Amino acid sequence: MLQMTADQRDAMVATCIRALPDEGCGLLLGTPDGIVVEVVPSENVAHSARVYEIDSRVLLRAFRRADDDGVQVIGVFHSHTHSDPYPSPTDVAQAPDPAWHYVLVGLRDVATVLKSYRIIEGDISTEEVTISH
Amino acid sequence: MAALVRIPTVLRPATGGATVVSVEGATIGEVLDALTATYPSIRGQLLNEDGTLHRFLNVYVNDDDVRYLGGVSAIVAADDEITLLPAVAGGAI
Repeated sequence: MLQMTADQRDAMVATCIRALPDEGCGLLLGTPDGIVVEVVPSENVAHSARVYEIDSRVLLRAFRRADDDGVQVIGVFHSHTHSDPYPSPTDVAQAPDPAWHYVLVGLRDVATVLKSYRIIEGDISTEEVTISH
Repeated sequence: MAALVRIPTVLRPATGGATVVSVEGATIGEVLDALTATYPSIRGQLLNEDGTLHRFLNVYVNDDDVRYLGGVSAIVAADDEITLLPAVAGGAI
C-alpha cells in the first residue's frame, strides 16, 4: 500500500506533464510502511520519451536528506507517455530495490492514470494507492 | 590512505551486511579494487569486465559524481567519503 496526499499526487503528475514530450521522473521520501512524506522531482537526464534516469545529484541529495530527516527513499515515479502505466521490461530489469514503490504516471490518455507497483525478483504486483485530502 | 565507502542496501548482501566499509586507495579505481578484493561477489555490480564503472552505478566522492571527475581515475583524499548508489532508471521500452 502506498499512501499520499492529493498535493503529492498532483506534484508527481505536474512533474511528468512539465517534462513532456520526455518522460518525467522523481523520487519519493517516506516511511517504511509506505506513507509518502515528500515528492522530489528530478530532471530526466536521459532526455527521452522512452527512457528515464534520475539525476545522480538529486539521488544523492535525496538519500542524504532522508537520513537527516529520519525517513527513507521509498520509491520512484516516472511517466509513460505513449504506453500503458505498467512496468516495462526495462523498468523491471533496472528496479534497484525490492522494498521500493514504483509509481507509474500514465499520460497517454486524456485522463491521467497513477498506479503503484512492487517489483520483487522480477515479479510485478499492483498495490493499492490511497489518496488523503 | 583510507576512505569510507557507504554501501547501499541492495549491495549489502555482498558485504555481509556492512553499511560502511573502510578501504585503502588513492583513486576511485583503487578504492573499488580494494573493496572487491575484500568482497569478491560485489565486483560484477560495480565494474565492467574492462574495469570501467558499471553504467547503472553512481559513485560519489563526497558530493560529486565521479563521472565528472574522471571516473575510476578520480582522486580520493584522506577522509573522503565514497557513496555508492545504484542509478534509478527505466522507461517505456
